[in-house]
Amino acid sequence: MTLYFTTDHEWVSVEGDAGTVGVTDYAQGQLGDVVFVEIPATGTTVTKGTAAAVVESVKAASDVFSPVSGTVTEANAALTEDPALVNTAPETGGWFFKLTLSDVSELDALMDEAAYKTFVASL
Amino acid sequence: MDEPVALLPLDALHRELGGRMVAFAGYAMPIQYDGIIAEHNWTRASAGLFDVSHMGQLTLPLDADVALEAVLPGDITGLREGCLRYSMLLNPSGGILDDLMVTRRSGDLYLVVNGATKTADITHLALNGLTVSHREDLALLALQGPKAVDALERLVPGVASLSFMRAGAFEFAGVPLWISRSGYTGEDGFEISISASAVEPLARALLAEPEVKPVGLGARDSLRLEAGLPLYGHDLTPDINPVEANLAFAISKRRKTEGGFPGAATILDQLFNGASRKRVGLRIEGRQPVREGADVVVDGAAVGQVTSGGFGPALGAPIAMAYVPVALAADGTALHVEVRGRLLAATVVPMPFFPKSYVRQPLAKAGAAQ
Repeated sequence: MTLYFTTDHEWVSVEGDAGTVGVTDYAQGQLGDVVFVEIPATGTTVTKGTAAAVVESVKAASDVFSPVSGTVTEANAALTEDPALVNTAPETGGWFFKLTLSDVSELDALMDEAAYKTFVASL
Repeated sequence: MDEPVALLPLDALHRELGGRMVAFAGYAMPIQYDGIIAEHNWTRASAGLFDVSHMGQLTLPLDADVALEAVLPGDITGLREGCLRYSMLLNPSGGILDDLMVTRRSGDLYLVVNGATKTADITHLALNGLTVSHREDLALLALQGPKAVDALERLVPGVASLSFMRAGAFEFAGVPLWISRSGYTGEDGFEISISASAVEPLARALLAEPEVKPVGLGARDSLRLEAGLPLYGHDLTPDINPVEANLAFAISKRRKTEGGFPGAATILDQLFNGASRKRVGLRIEGRQPVREGADVVVDGAAVGQVTSGGFGPALGAPIAMAYVPVALAADGTALHVEVRGRLLAATVVPMPFFPKSYVRQPLAKAGAAQ
């Protein structure tokens, strides 16, 4: 299992061609209290860098971009009942969706955890 | 922050308290400290301290009351000393240029206007022959919530005797204060005007009271939305008149008879014969918030627009304000709101969404004061 990060503050954890996508702790802090999450249904095709989900805080709606391209295999049903999981467990229980990657070479352009930490520290 | 912003008198205190600063109305302002929902709920349960020093504090000579009535539909000549009146500056078509509070004091008329519109308001008043003193030397704090009175009375004895929409002169540590029992959260509370150079000790003293926590702009917005209070620039614009905005209560009785305010012909006609559209409250089915700009849809056609929308933390549900044709404005009317191509079911409901808890004068006393 390897973790990758985007400059838009999404993470994807990958094993083979199976990935899990969510937003980072930094992102949830910036969003504030999350009250609703719109997640793509199973079978949806998502494209790297394009809006795949929407996260709504008290104040505003924000797009979540898919870090990689692929086909959604599972949406996190727990977020429907408890959207605040994005705040309380952004990098564990608050994951958004799982997918089958269509091109694992897309991962090469993403940051590893150390690089992402450096990136966040620079903001 | 792309635009250059001015700093509030309490800028350093907001940062010390961990406020996340954003640009708003030309100022760097705290949008939140602990989190919008926590701050919202704290204000509903205890007392929140808001820095609203971005708002414009203006004074006019007492004899400007007649001229002031030419730009707004409130009864100002009949306003008694120590009383506040909510009103609106109107353009010649009756459209709303700003909403504001007017207070008659012993020596002047005191106006509080919105921060984003204050410069335009001053110009508009000047064009109408009103010479305004812009009191940029003053800060403005709002202490809101059911326990605001307990905390403030401890520091400023006597404030508890004020009732809703009444104001008076007080003192803290030798510094003069002008305090009104008013606010924009739907809660009981106070607004405190004080010299900007003396505001920090007062803010720190209030924050040291066990009932009080700092609250940012985010919760100010969710609180006023739950209270059904319109926000200028969103729910009120120059294209909307007071009748459409469901603010006809602010057109004073005498002015309804006499007219003489901008757009009076249109406004009085709509007051008696009905407007074509109206500001309503919407409850949205499910948990997904709808936002400003979303279309209100009936039978596949856009019939209106959401002007404010979000999540009501005390209600635990999404709520919104929208303008809809009067035929669709009755409580209980079923509509849809379109969000990202999907239709969400919505129902017209009475506002406030959350009951107000103002501390009004006893009826007998209020009657005697008329």
